[in-house]
Parts: sequence; C-alpha cells; structure tokens
Amino acid sequence: MDFPMFHLDWLNDRFLIAVIAIVHVFINHGLAVGFIPYIAWLEQKGVRMAGAADITDPEWDHLIYRKMKVAFIITTTLGAMTGVGIWFSAGLISPSSIGSLIRVFYFAWFVEWLTFVTEVVLIMIYFLTWKQSNHSLKAKIRHIRFGWFLSIFSWITMCIIVSILGFMMDPGNWNNDHSLISGFTNPIYLPQLFFRTPTAMVLGGVFGMLLTTLFASRNSKWRETALKDGARWMLCWAPVSLAAAIIYYKAMPEAMRENLSTAVGTMEFAQYYDLLRYIIPGAVSLVVVLGVWTWLRPRSVRMWMVLVPCIAAFGFLGIFERVREFIRKPYVIGGYMYSNLLRKEDYPLYKRNGLLTYATYATAGKVTPENKLSTGQDVFMLSCSRCHTTNGINSIVYVFERLYGVGKPLDENSVAAYIPNMHQGRTYMPPFPGNTEELHALAAYIKHLQVTGESLEGAQSAGVMVNPDNNMHNTQPLADTAQSK
Amino acid sequence: MNHMLTLLQSVTPVPRDIPLPLPLPEWLLVVLLVISFLAHILFVNLMLGGSLLTLWAQVKGLKDKAYDTLAYEIAKTITVNKSLAVVLGVAPLLSINVLYTVYFYSANALTGLMWISIIPLVTAAFLLTYLHKYAWHKLEEHKGLHIAILGLAVLIFLFIPLIFLTNINLMLFPEKWGTVKGFVSALALPNVFPRYLHFLCASLAITGLFLFWYFGRRRYAFETRFETISLYHIRKRMYSLTLGASLFQFVLGPLVLITLPSKGIQWNLIVVILSGAAAALPAMYWMWQGISGKPEDIGKNFGKVITAMSLTVLLMASGRHVYRSNALAPHKKLMAEKTKAFEKLSAEARAQPAPEENATAAAKDIPHAAGKAVFQTNCASCHKKDGRLVGPPVTEMVSIYHNDLPGLEAWIRKPGKKREDYPQMPGFPQLSGQEMTALTGYILSVK
Repeated sequence: MDFPMFHLDWLNDRFLIAVIAIVHVFINHGLAVGFIPYIAWLEQKGVRMAGAADITDPEWDHLIYRKMKVAFIITTTLGAMTGVGIWFSAGLISPSSIGSLIRVFYFAWFVEWLTFVTEVVLIMIYFLTWKQSNHSLKAKIRHIRFGWFLSIFSWITMCIIVSILGFMMDPGNWNNDHSLISGFTNPIYLPQLFFRTPTAMVLGGVFGMLLTTLFASRNSKWRETALKDGARWMLCWAPVSLAAAIIYYKAMPEAMRENLSTAVGTMEFAQYYDLLRYIIPGAVSLVVVLGVWTWLRPRSVRMWMVLVPCIAAFGFLGIFERVREFIRKPYVIGGYMYSNLLRKEDYPLYKRNGLLTYATYATAGKVTPENKLSTGQDVFMLSCSRCHTTNGINSIVYVFERLYGVGKPLDENSVAAYIPNMHQGRTYMPPFPGNTEELHALAAYIKHLQVTGESLEGAQSAGVMVNPDNNMHNTQPLADTAQSK
Repeated sequence: MNHMLTLLQSVTPVPRDIPLPLPLPEWLLVVLLVISFLAHILFVNLMLGGSLLTLWAQVKGLKDKAYDTLAYEIAKTITVNKSLAVVLGVAPLLSINVLYTVYFYSANALTGLMWISIIPLVTAAFLLTYLHKYAWHKLEEHKGLHIAILGLAVLIFLFIPLIFLTNINLMLFPEKWGTVKGFVSALALPNVFPRYLHFLCASLAITGLFLFWYFGRRRYAFETRFETISLYHIRKRMYSLTLGASLFQFVLGPLVLITLPSKGIQWNLIVVILSGAAAALPAMYWMWQGISGKPEDIGKNFGKVITAMSLTVLLMASGRHVYRSNALAPHKKLMAEKTKAFEKLSAEARAQPAPEENATAAAKDIPHAAGKAVFQTNCASCHKKDGRLVGPPVTEMVSIYHNDLPGLEAWIRKPGKKREDYPQMPGFPQLSGQEMTALTGYILSVK
C-alpha cells in the first residue's frame, strides 16, 4: 500500500527470502552453533593426547585447524552476508511487516546485535590466534577456552533469535504485550530451542566428518581417530535430536491452531506435516547408521558415505523450517497483519471504501469500466503479489486452474464468486481486502492473465505510478472519502 | 496522453507511515544512528582503502620486493576489517529502518535488483580477499593471477558504495520516486557521484592514518618483516596519502555541497560542515610538520591529528544527518498528518463496517434461510446446484446422502477423496453443530 512493490514475477517473492534464510540457518546451525563446540572439543583432545613434552599433537592440531578454517571462511563471508540478506530481502518483499517488527523489537535486536558483535570478535580471536597459541601450553589452554566462549555466544545468539521468531508466530502477544519476554514464554519457544540445539550439534558433527574425509588422507595417522570421534559426537547427539524433533513435531499443530481463525490445520499444512513423519526417522537413522558403521569400521569410510547423511541431515532441518513458516499463515504477524501486508484492523475501511482509494501507488483510485484491467493489476499487486506470481511459481492462474481444471478457460464470475469466500475453506489465505468493483477488476485481470500469459514487472524495473487520486496534490482524498460515505 | 502521463508520474507520493510508536525517543535513535554508522563506515573505509593500497603495493612489489611484503601485511588487515564492517553495519541498518522506514524501504524497492545484489557481490568479494590472502605463498609464481584476484575484489568493493549511496540519496527525494525506473536511473540523480568521490577520498585518508598507527605499534615487529625499507619511509608515505587526500577533499566538499538539491540546505548545515572542515586544518598542519620535520619526530603529533580528524569526521557525519533531516522535514510532516487521518478513518470504519454481502438470515421466514447462508459463505465458491463448478453439484450430494445425514456431516467435517479428476476438498470442522444441522438440512432440501 505505502511502499513501491518489489516483485519477482517468475521466481516468487517469498522464494528470495526463503533461499537466503535457509542458507543462513544451515551455516549458523551446521558451521557455528553445532560446529564450534565440536572443534573446541577436538582441539582439547589434541592437548590431552600429546606426549608429556609436547603442547599438542601438531598433526592432529593442524587437521582440526583446517576444519576450523573452512568454518571461519564460510561463516564470515556467506554466513554473515546471508544474515544481512535476511534484512535486505525482508525489507524489499515485506516492508510493512519488517518495519512494524523492528519498531517493536528494536531493543531485542539491539541486544542480539551486541552478542553478534561479540561472536564475530571471538571467532576472529579464536581462528586468527590459533597457530600463535601453539607456542605455550598456557596460551593453548587459553585458546581452547576462547573456543568454548565462542560456542556459548553462538548459542545465545540463536536463543534470542528463536524468541523473536516465536513471537512473530504467536497471535495473542502482538496485540497485548509488546515485549521480548512473551517471546521467551511462547509455547513453541522451548520445543524449538530444544530441537535446534542437538540438531545443530548433529549437523556440526556430520559436516566435521565430511571435512575429515577430505583433509585426512587414507594413510594419515589420525584419520581413523578423527572419524571415530565424529561418530561419537553424532551418536551422542542424534538420540537427543530425535526426541526433540518428536516434541517439536507434536507442538506444531498446537501453534498452528492458535494462529488460525478456525480450529483446523489446512490440508496444505498437513502435506508438509506428514512428510516430517518420514523425514524425522529417515534422516536420524541415516546419521545413526553412519555413526555406528564408522565406530565399527572406520577404515572403510569414504567421502560419499558421509556426504549422503550430511545432505539428509541438512534437509531434515530445512523441512522443519518450511513447516514452521507455514504455521504463520494467514498472518505475517499473528493476529495483526495478514501475509498480504495489510492490517486486519484496516479491512473494514478497505471493504467499505475500496483498497485503491488508500493506495499510494496505483494507476487510479477508483475502478471504472475503462481502467478495469490496469486497476485489476493494481489490486493484484497490492493484495496477492507477496505470495503469487502471474505465470511463474505459485501463479494465480495455476491456483485457479487447479480448482477449475488445467487449461480450461477461467470463468470470471466463478473466480469473482470464489475469492470473497476463499478464506473459509482455505484457512491459510487472508480474506480479500477490496470492495466489489475491485473484486471484479481482479477477476478480469486474472482471466486476462490466463489468456495472454502476460507478466508483471515489479517496482525495481517498472518504477511506480503515484496514485493520481491520492498524492500531494489532492491533499484531501481521505477527507473526501469520509464525506462521500 | 504521454505528456499527461509524465505529469502524473512526477507528482509526489505521500505514503502513510508505520502506525506504531518509535521504540526510543527520536533524538536517541538519531544519536545511535550517527554513532553506529560512523563505526561501520570507519571499517568500510579501512576495508576499501586497505584493499586499494594492497593492490598498489603488490603491483609496485613486482619490481621492489619490499612492497610485496608491505602488500601482504596490509592484506592481513582487510579480512579482519571487513568482518567488523559487516557486523557493525547491522546497528545503523536497524536504526535507519526505524527512523526512516518509508523512505529507506521505498528507495530499496525502487533499486531492488541491485540492492539485493549487494549480498552475493559482497560475499564474492570477501571470498576473493580470503583467497588472495591464503593463496599468497601458493601463487608466488603466478603474480599476475594473484593480483587479478585482488583486482576483482577491489572492483566489487568500489562498486558496492555506489549502490548504497544511490539508495541513501534516492530516499531523500520522494518527489523523484515516480520517475525512477531501476538502479541506473536512480544512480543518475545529481549528487551521487560527487558524494562517491568524497567517500573514496575519505577512505584513503583514514586508511593512511590507520596504517601509520598499525606499522608503528610497539608490538609490531617491523624490522623483522621489512629489511630494505624503514618504518619512517612507510609512515611518511602514509601521512602524505592522508594529507593529499584531505587537501583534495577541500575541492570535493564544495562540489558535493553545490550539487546537493537546495531543499535541505540551511544555515545549520553550513555551520556544521564548515566547523568540520575547520577542524581538519590543524590536523593537516601537524601532518605536514611530521612529513617535513625530523624522521624521529614524525609520530610526535599523531594523537592530536587523530583527535582533530575524529572531530572532523563526527561533524561531517552530523552534517549528513542535518541535511537529511532538513530535506525530509516537510514531507515527514505531510506523512504524519496523512497517517493520523487514515487511522481515524480506519477506526470509524471498524465501528461501522459495511453490511455483509451474504445478508445472514436476512429473510428468516424463507425455509432453510440459515442453512442457505452457511452454504453461501462456505460452500458456494465450489458447489452450485447443477453441474460441476470446482466440486460436484448439490443435486449429486442429494442423490448420495438423501438417506444418510450423518454421512454427509462426517464428509463435510473431514472429507475423503473419491474422484481422481477433482481437487481435494478442505474439511470444515470449524462449523458449529447448529450451523452443520442448518447446512445439511438445506443441502438435502435442494430439489
């Protein structure tokens, strides 16, 4: 409504956020939260294994150092930038919701930022002073301690962000209590944190094993020991991760139910949710099989044998994130703002006077027979484009063809009859926000899209049209509409 | 028609602001923004200036080995400074998002593709700087390739500030938003390039001071690393760089000021900026003294130079904010008024919503009116009396369930799937017992 609409008409806008966020979560869990303690533990082990005259075993220490180097390089480049990327992409695609969230959570995010700065400083100290610390036992022990500090800070960073995530999904809190405390007391908070912690450890361990197979050649002295340690680490955390996954799995529908106006989960949610029933035992047992196998026959382990469970374990986390995202619908901020970025409380006004009347960017403020297609496009941009494309991924034409038959010409009247009631059956959909004329303009535009296969350019390339009926030169549009009522 | 379009497009939009209070008093957010931005930009300057100087030293090092060592030593600082630059960027990003939500996000969206490209571009540049640093000894024999890796990173580093400046500039001019089509057209707005040069020059000046300190630290074993060049030689070069760049700023600064659209220029801005420039003068004098004086005295006034330069930087950053604040003040006022008016209207509409389309039980005397209303709201999008809409027609339901009311209820609450070519029907367990009875009664009454 009030922001130029960035729109990726083939890829789908949410896809951009999703890709950036998932890469970030993978790196955060697999290479920081779960990986650093694994590295600190192995570094410590090197000191313990060394002869009385040595500080650490140099060969072992170098192997662990090289693993840490990979994590250091990836976390401080792709990891850090995808973290910023979440802000950037959310600001582009979902400006009203992220703008609202920042106003409420500024302090929480500021605290998060402080721990994050600490984390970055610690990771630089930990990695960049590694080799220097090998000169004396005292320095080495202090160095290992930094590894543990870093592990703790990575975990705290995760604790805070999980609370913010939990808050965004909790419908009641936004309207009653704008504080971070309610994020921590959110019913899904502990299950989520309990799930993320051991799962990150498993990811860190399996990724570490993968690096062992790459960095320690088959005749190297420490390959078997390092692989067996990886197996121990994984076998220790995998059962916890399994138990936590089951608890989280059970907590999800509850969170979902609270969010929806109706008392049901949707079938789309159920599809993802059912998938979890296979993915949880599947991924965990792959990891356990690898662990046991490595424990018994470390010599026979090859890189590909680790790669498969490694990918499965990351997929495991990925699908959980997808289901979690689904829980939010039809809201982007529970009970306050729908996923089309319109506030629930403004709906009566839009319904009564029209959505375009109050749009900052639109080709016109009122639908007329002449401008039906262009205003229909405006309505689409304002109320559908955050999740739907015209002819790309999750396109509006496709979702209607799925109802009325693929390839069959859409009937404008049926589409117009369906839209105002869609949120009753499809409870993940927000209600349609506009008035009757806008509804028909939208239906005409959808029909037009099916016939022409036309695409829709976002503000990033097409620019914006300032609503001729709502801008600086007609300063009274709001007062006018109030009178016309 | 075309003429009219351009006229229409050049009008100024007045969006509504996020209707939530600021999390902190505005002045405090401004202080946080200015200070945290300074911390961020300091490390950005060091990252960019450091990589430019590394490139210069490494090329020079092809002939003189000592400069190759110098390049390696500066390269080590880039990867640390870049990490700090990113992490310190988050706080000003948060603060500008809160203070200038509508302006910042609008500019971001209008240059969206380039704006989001910052993420992959900076990631790539960072990976290149690591590659450059960690492959130093491996690529000893392939200097051309090695320098090209850094060259590519430097090109990216030089481009990124243009994207930021374009955004920061565009957000100040809502009157231009209707005319901008993508990054390139926003880049072409006046003032972007002068500000860019101003920034580049500042990066070099600050990096000069940083390296002056870095190489001269007591803990830094200069002599063990450099055999043929002296610390004095390096320090003199660094002072000269800072002094030269600062002198050049006295040309660029007025250029930036002249190209600034006049709407934000007021006396408060001029005073702040001139004080900033004045503070730089003694620093430049002390640097000149260091360069032209005795070698052992070159570092004598360094503390004073840093103090004076910090003051300059602080005043310039404040000037930047003063302009922004001046330039946007009238528009912000309009926006606040509009937001307030809208909130009032919205509250009124909430109190008196438009009557629902499907006038629920409007006609109570018609048989099955309540059931019909439930049907209209929940079922009519997919089912009609005769013929298929999305699902099968009502007449078919009647033929299947005319003797099986519980079966129909059970199906509506939790439908199965019978027909291959029909989409899955969602369940309606949310319907109350009363609604369900009314609905099934209505369905089975259809003839």
